[in-house]
Amino acid sequence: MLRTLRQRITLTDIFIWVIGLAIAGVVIFGTVRTLEQGRYSASGWLDLTIKGLALGGVYALIAMGYTMVYGILKMINFAHSEVFMSGPFTAVFIALGLSESGFLDKQPIISLIIITLVSAAVSTLIAVLLERIAYRPLRNAPRLVPLITAIGASFFLQYAFRGFYGSGSKGYPTIAILKGTWNIFGIEVFKIQMIVIISAVVMMMVLYAIVQWTKVGKAMRAVSEDKEAAELMGIDVDRIIVFTFTLGGASAGIAGILYTLLFPVVNFYMGFFPGIKAFTAAVLGGIGNVPGAFLGSIILGLLEALGPNLFLTGLGIPSPSQLKDAIAFIVLVLILIFRPTGILGERISQDKA
Amino acid sequence: MKSESSYWVKSLKNGLIGGSLSLLLCVIGMVLAFGTTYVITGVITMGQVFVLFPILFESYFTVRKVSPKNPLVSLSIGGFVGLVGGAVLAALILIGQIINVRTVLLNVSPDLFALLTFNLPLTPGILVLLIVTVITGVIGAAVLLLPARIRSALTQAVLYIVLLGLFRDLIVTVIIRWGFLQNVFRWLFAQSGLSILGAVVLFLLVGGLVYWRLGRPKKVSVITRSPRQQRVFRWGTWAVLAILVLLLPVILGSYFSEILDNVGIYVLMGLGLNIVVGFAGLLDLGYVAFYAIGAYTLGVLTTTEAVGQLHLSFWGALPFALIVAVFAGVILGLPVLKMRGDYLAIVTLGFGEIIRILVLSDWLKPILGGPQGIQQIGQPKIGTFTFSNQQQLYYVILAGIIIAGFISIRLKDSHLGRSWMALREDEDVAEAMGINKVITKLLAFAMGALFSGLGGVLFATKIGSAYPQSFSFLVSINILSLIIIGGMGSIPGVFIGGLALVGLPLLLSQFTDFRYLIYGAALVVMMLVRPEGLSPEARRRLELHEETEEIPFEEPATVLKTPGELGGS
Repeated sequence: MLRTLRQRITLTDIFIWVIGLAIAGVVIFGTVRTLEQGRYSASGWLDLTIKGLALGGVYALIAMGYTMVYGILKMINFAHSEVFMSGPFTAVFIALGLSESGFLDKQPIISLIIITLVSAAVSTLIAVLLERIAYRPLRNAPRLVPLITAIGASFFLQYAFRGFYGSGSKGYPTIAILKGTWNIFGIEVFKIQMIVIISAVVMMMVLYAIVQWTKVGKAMRAVSEDKEAAELMGIDVDRIIVFTFTLGGASAGIAGILYTLLFPVVNFYMGFFPGIKAFTAAVLGGIGNVPGAFLGSIILGLLEALGPNLFLTGLGIPSPSQLKDAIAFIVLVLILIFRPTGILGERISQDKA
Repeated sequence: MKSESSYWVKSLKNGLIGGSLSLLLCVIGMVLAFGTTYVITGVITMGQVFVLFPILFESYFTVRKVSPKNPLVSLSIGGFVGLVGGAVLAALILIGQIINVRTVLLNVSPDLFALLTFNLPLTPGILVLLIVTVITGVIGAAVLLLPARIRSALTQAVLYIVLLGLFRDLIVTVIIRWGFLQNVFRWLFAQSGLSILGAVVLFLLVGGLVYWRLGRPKKVSVITRSPRQQRVFRWGTWAVLAILVLLLPVILGSYFSEILDNVGIYVLMGLGLNIVVGFAGLLDLGYVAFYAIGAYTLGVLTTTEAVGQLHLSFWGALPFALIVAVFAGVILGLPVLKMRGDYLAIVTLGFGEIIRILVLSDWLKPILGGPQGIQQIGQPKIGTFTFSNQQQLYYVILAGIIIAGFISIRLKDSHLGRSWMALREDEDVAEAMGINKVITKLLAFAMGALFSGLGGVLFATKIGSAYPQSFSFLVSINILSLIIIGGMGSIPGVFIGGLALVGLPLLLSQFTDFRYLIYGAALVVMMLVRPEGLSPEARRRLELHEETEEIPFEEPATVLKTPGELGGS
């Protein structure tokens, strides 16, 4: 027993554990120091927490696209971040038009619904086209081929949209009724953040219901379990894959609008970081697993909002929020090293990938 | 037997696809960007080529697919495809008249409409457009009706005209440097593009040459030279090539030398990534990290600015920069040893981004200079001679490429190279065969990091500074595209990819905006059509075409059942 254990532990394992422990040590040390210094008040931390939850909600909706496609095709849809970008980048013109005509201020809710629908429609269209043109012909190709295609598609889409709408950033109009705060149990909460959290949770529940309780959802799960067997059972695999991309595209489009509520600026490269973070969240929760994607996203959102201030301030690092994007990547690396299955997932990162 | 009506459905569909592709090129802005670049002066612009090419291609493709027996049907199918494609463009023009599309789609401007309607008023303009697209479609179909020999003569002649017309400015710049050439070739070119006379001469010349060459009976290769002569001949070719490569900066001048330098640095890094991705099959998207590490290490060690502490010389700092890069490669390699494929790609991407974020941060600003970067980076000196301008640095970069190329070639069929390929094909089997996975993979990462670090060093010394903006994710994508287009695992492919992907966009300023668009499209199209790349490695080609080669094995069974049909067909 002891001998087999000793054989299994190699130098690299030790090295990896040392890195892991070092990072854990830095995090704990930094946290303790930060809390000792007491630079932020309790309400400050609460604000950050709610911000993190809102971010997590957005990531969760994007992560759904990654996780469902991964579940079915066993590939990372690298271009999903561009699917996410395409919706809000297109819908900004509708939003500006509505704002100019004054309709946005008169009927803010209807306007928001229109904008969201346009965004979801565009993202869905892009996702479905992507599947049809770039991925379907390569379904049985060697593993690297679809991944490279996805990277290519991602860049093509980014720069095609830059060609369509220009390289500059465009601002979303502010919606008057979403400004200000609500008082919930004595806590002042930004309305926008609350709305984002609620919408994201509702959307996640709808998606979960579709996957879990509808016939087409059952078919999706069957296809992800075993494509050939599902086909033999009379499931039209192509149709299910298209449906998966539709669902992922639509939720990315809605996520895009929620994201622009939080950060009201759109441009052609806006998809990269949210996309990569949503992917991290999907891996964190266990890729291929819908509740996992939600859980992972919330954790990542919180880590991103709290992490830099909590871990790094105490270490005397100036402007720690500059490093917030690095945190997501470090989380990703650590997860893949120490628990490749994610929190709720089965082991795939090695065997099926 | 397909019914005639299915022809038309197919043509309608393909016409729509062709029209949409043209439309896409218009909306993205490529057509407009090349709207005033004449291929043949006064006759056709590159923008018009971009509009018409998808339609031509689709009509050719449709006719080839349905291959009707009657040539008239062929031609009318081609014309129909052209008509549908033209109708899509006409629809855009009409919509543009009713509503102002430009507020949303930047490039759908009056200029674009003027270009599409040949500067005519609306109604005659659209009519002319439709006539031109129909003619294009008919030409696409007619090409198929020609004998193969004429067809390839024609295509090549047209290809040469388009290429020479497109690169007119560059060719003229070089010609002007050499006065005597100017008098010989000047008449070929006009103010923009080829002159009409030049185009006609070129067409006849290239077309005639190809036609003549194809007409000759195929030579049976008989060795007529003695082994000694062969050896002399081979060495002679190499010597001429080497002299040419050495003289390039002198021949081409400083502007082209700078482009050559950039291409060279990318080729150098491509050689490194080729080891990681091509040989060992580890998809590394964070390759830019080592580039940045190499550049910044050199910067920190040699800069004469206040941030620098050591003020070493270039040669003194070079080994340190390389060691740091290799060390970073091993550090990255260790945790990802167990990962494969997609996950490895994302983690390496993350690593690249972490490095960029760290470099940009206020935290490391005292050492790395933050967003301002490091200036005043040392340049290589030999004795009292400093390699300072682009033409001189070319030789330093060339030396780097030669070393990297030599190492790559030697490694490829070595024990280590074969271990990498074994790991690429099947990790578990390779391990069972006694290959040490840890060492082999780490060596791949280390080699890749070494070349990338060297690339970074050369880049930093070339521009004399290191900025965080130079080390974005796009660099990794650039290098990845380059080796994939060239052919994964193929060393000549790296050079071809480097010239095509880095050289061309630098040469043609109009391409700069569409560079990554074209890379993206090229990656997708390449994976769909020719996943082994332009200059494939033999082994990889076999691998990727497994499926197509298996088909003949299944066919005999069905053929044997119906021997009667064999005689009939």
